[in-house]
Amino acid sequence: MKLERTVQDDKAVVTVVGRLDAMTAPDFEKESLAWVEGGDRKILLDLADLEYISSAGLRAILALAKRARASGGAVTVCSMKGMVAEVFAISGFDAFLPVAADREGGLEAF
Amino acid sequence: MELVEERVFEAERGNIGDITAFVTATAERKDIPSGRLPHLELALEEALVNICTYAYRKPPREVTVRLLEDERRFSVELVDEGIPFDPLEEAPQPDLAAPLEERSAGGLGVLLIRRVTDEVHYRREGGRNILALVINRERRAP
Repeated sequence: MKLERTVQDDKAVVTVVGRLDAMTAPDFEKESLAWVEGGDRKILLDLADLEYISSAGLRAILALAKRARASGGAVTVCSMKGMVAEVFAISGFDAFLPVAADREGGLEAF
Repeated sequence: MELVEERVFEAERGNIGDITAFVTATAERKDIPSGRLPHLELALEEALVNICTYAYRKPPREVTVRLLEDERRFSVELVDEGIPFDPLEEAPQPDLAAPLEERSAGGLGVLLIRRVTDEVHYRREGGRNILALVINRERRAP
């Protein structure tokens, strides 16, 4: 799992590459919570290159969304496909996190 | 169902990748549609994380992975000698409609297992927990 963070205006855009599973979710959680500590408030997770996610990955994203919300910010996800989109739908995560079809839509969702 | 292969692993999170590779390689040979492999992989991870986390209070910490088939189905049985634990009964039911602040992380793994497999069964037998994850095989043209 690799995270690539870029900043566009007041938004942090983070591309999540690879797998978000029981082995990699702790790294995601640690790194992503540090963004909020560092001042990121609007965070767009671009999941186009995320191949696989399990409940451990969902929990890490939930932890980030809660932390961002508590700091007055928000998390949006975009560009999900395949099993990642399916897992989001099954777990109902697409009901409480704004989901955009592509990055452009994701940036406008805040 | 007929036993295809069986292998014993240490019940460690670090082994989930190796166990997945073992199961997936056989599943592919046994005509599991490629679109179902991520489902199998996900159900396997969720079940193994449970076993690695809850099943044992002390070593030997092993999980036996048994792969079975019949004409219609492919089944992965995870057998452990841990304390009796039926994840299908004991996991909390997540409230999928809860708003973000109230959303808790519990029970998601079992929900995912139920939704991505075609069947899932638990039984306690001879001091062992046995969880069966079943995926339907592809129908071959006659």
